Parts: sequence; C-alpha cells; structure tokens
Amino acid sequence: MAQYASILFSMILVNNFVLVKFLGICPFLGVSKRFDSAVGMGCAVTLVMLLAVSITWPLQRLLEAWGIEYLQTIVFILVIATLVQLLEMALKRFVPSLHASLGVFLPLITTNCSVLGVAILAVDEGYTYPEALVAALGAGLGFLLAMVLFSGVRSSLEEAEPPQAFRGMPITLIAAAIVAMSFMGFSGVVDHLFGA
Amino acid sequence: MTSSSSSIEPSVASTLSRGLLAENPALRQMLGLCPTLAVTTAVSNGIGMGLATTFVLVCSGTVVSLLRKVIPSSVRIPAFITIIASFVTLVMMLTKAYLPALDEALGIYLPLIVVNCIVLGRAEMFASQHGPLLSAVDGLGMGLGFTISLTLMSAIREVLGNGSFLGMRVLPLGVEPIGIMLMPAGGFAVLGVLIAASLWIEQYPDRRDGLLNDATMPAESLCAACPVQCGGVELVNGSCATEGYVSKLEEAVIAAQAELKERD
Repeated sequence: MAQYASILFSMILVNNFVLVKFLGICPFLGVSKRFDSAVGMGCAVTLVMLLAVSITWPLQRLLEAWGIEYLQTIVFILVIATLVQLLEMALKRFVPSLHASLGVFLPLITTNCSVLGVAILAVDEGYTYPEALVAALGAGLGFLLAMVLFSGVRSSLEEAEPPQAFRGMPITLIAAAIVAMSFMGFSGVVDHLFGA
Repeated sequence: MTSSSSSIEPSVASTLSRGLLAENPALRQMLGLCPTLAVTTAVSNGIGMGLATTFVLVCSGTVVSLLRKVIPSSVRIPAFITIIASFVTLVMMLTKAYLPALDEALGIYLPLIVVNCIVLGRAEMFASQHGPLLSAVDGLGMGLGFTISLTLMSAIREVLGNGSFLGMRVLPLGVEPIGIMLMPAGGFAVLGVLIAASLWIEQYPDRRDGLLNDATMPAESLCAACPVQCGGVELVNGSCATEGYVSKLEEAVIAAQAELKERD
C-alpha cells in the first residue's frame, strides 16, 4: 500500500506535472483565468489520463511482444486522439450533464503533452499496471491542484498594474515562477513520509 | 483546405525571416512552451531540442504540403499527427544511435515533440495551404526561431545557474552561481523576463512617439494548441489571442448548458 501512496503523492506534489515537469503548460496558462474553467479542465485531464494509461500500458506489452517498441510514439498519440474523440461522443450521448461541464475541454486535450507524457512515463518508470494507474491519477490530480491554485493567483493579478512590457503573459509567468518555488518545498517530503 | 485562401504567395525570404523574429514561436506566439521551459537547463540541450524540432518541422511541413490535396479535410488532424509522429520517431532513433548523451538529457521531451503545438500549428496553418518549397522554408524559419529562443533561454540559465556555457566555466571562481535558475521556478521567471524584453523592444516605436499609455494592453497570445483544436481560431498578427480563445470556450460552455436545459 505504501508504494501506491508514495507514487500518488510524489506525482501530485514532488513531481507535479505542471510546476516541476513542465508538462501541460499551454492549458495551464490558457484556461486558468477563471476558477470554474480551471476545475473543469483539471477534471477532464485527470479522466483522460486515467483512461489513456489504462489502454496504453497493456498496449506497450503488446508492442514489446511483437518487437515493435519503436512505434510507441505513433501508437500512443493515435490512441489518445481516438480516445478523446470517443469519450466526447460517449459523454454527449449518455451523460449530457457531465458533457456540459467537461465536454468542451475534451477536444483541447488531444495535443496536451501531459497525457502523452504520463503514458510514456508510466512505461519508462517500469511501473506495474496498478502502479501506472495510480501514477496517472496522481499526475491528473497534481494538474488539477496546480490549475486551481493558479486560477486564484490569476484573479488577483487582474488587479495588478505591472510595467507596460510585463502585462499579460510575462507577469503571469513570473507569478507561475513564485507558485513553482512554493512547490520546491515539497521535495523530499514524500520520501520521508513513506520511506521510499 | 485549398490553396486559394492565400491570395498573394509570400516570398521565400519573408517566409524564412518571419519565424526568426516577428513570429518567433516561443517568444512571440508562445507556442511550444513546455520544451522551452523544461530542457533549457544547459545550452547543449537547448540547441539539440531546437534542431530536433526544426528537423521535424521541415520534414512534416514538406510532406503535409505534398499531401494537402489528397487528405480529406475531415480527417486532416489525425493524418497530420501520424505524419509528425513518424518523423519524431525517426529523430528519436537517430538521436539514440548517434547522440546517446543528448537522448539521455532530453528524455521524455524528445517523443513529446509530437504534441508540440508549433509543429501541428504550422502543418494546419501553413503547410496545408502552401506549396512544398514554401512549407519547408516556413518550417526552417520557425524551427530556427525556436532554436534561437531555446539557445538564448538556456544560455541565461546555464551561465547564471551553473556558471558555465556549453560546459565551460565562464563565471570567475568565487562567484557563486544562482542555483534556482536551474530549478523550475527559474525557468518560468527567465521566460517571463525574456517575453517582457521582446515586448519592450516591440513597443519601442510606440513609446518613442508617445502612443503608449497605461490603458493600452498588449494582445495576449497563447498556445493551448488552439490553432488545431479550433480549426484555426481567429489570429491577431499571426498569433492566437487569449481573450478570443477563452471567450470561445465560455461560449461553448453556455451553449452546451443551454442545450442541456432544452432537453429537460
């Protein structure tokens, strides 16, 4: 059990996908302006990550069995693109209420590098199937956490009056630097807690 | 997806130079920020990543352009992704075989060139509407512009954070490097300052003529892979406007909720 908790918390805090590994920066900067958009995007990414890894991990075993590991990138990205499309259609058809809140974010996720990132990472780290799923959940929750925290910072930034050249994206990146700095405080925490 | 959408074919020289400065992917269009932030802790990594991306941009641009009349527009995105992924796989194999140290340093970010918004963005916005030669030149310009910004960014971070340039010590002994420059926080801060600097240079004529006042806000641009997702969202000076993007997203939420209400 401890190893699952260790993977989960290190993915959320120590190796936070956005603030430490720089994966999924585009939606992080683009959709974090409002709290509810940030939550919607975060939940959609978590869902897609879980589904993607649940498919790509067994697929990797298949690629290895056939000796065609070099097709990993092509296969994974096509699986993710198809999955996102299917998920959107399924949500629209069967769970329209969920589609209304999450569905609009789904098409934005196909080329979100954090989804492909977690799929490749789970393979590279040599996780077992349950470990890979926990890692995907952790990566998604970490993304959600970063989005929610940053949407709060963004709403305060609206009032700020930085020098002309810093308006817009530059001051947002500086704010992200300060949030990232706070996440540096977590390094080592998980190792101490779970003795990994 | 016909070539008639561009009334005047741009010249080769202007296509090349556009990517270097005016529409520099990382600093002006704010595309491909993930690798810009992630691999720029050493100059060699920055250059390696930039050149790998350039290779993919040039090759995928050419192939997409050659196939632009064959690929039906409804399946163009999956087709583009497959083309791009093939070239990324090629780059990965070449790097692993000939530059194992670079392969080790870039790690997961090498396969992630597939989802770099610059590559798909250029395929969708340029290569699918122009001839193969121009598309290759456009890819080269964008790729070199990306390489320049990655090199600049990694030079600042390596010199300040490690006291070295391409592995050679440049700071005098006794000067302590600023370790945080190599940390994620340093990446965000350096990119923020670089973008501010490029905005400051861009605003220079307006500032000199007194046209700039506190009320003028710069057009905020962003990646979010939107040129692809929204099928070429409205572009302001060649870059995607955040405001337009976010309001589109909100419109979509409202429309979806209205549709839901109608069903009830």
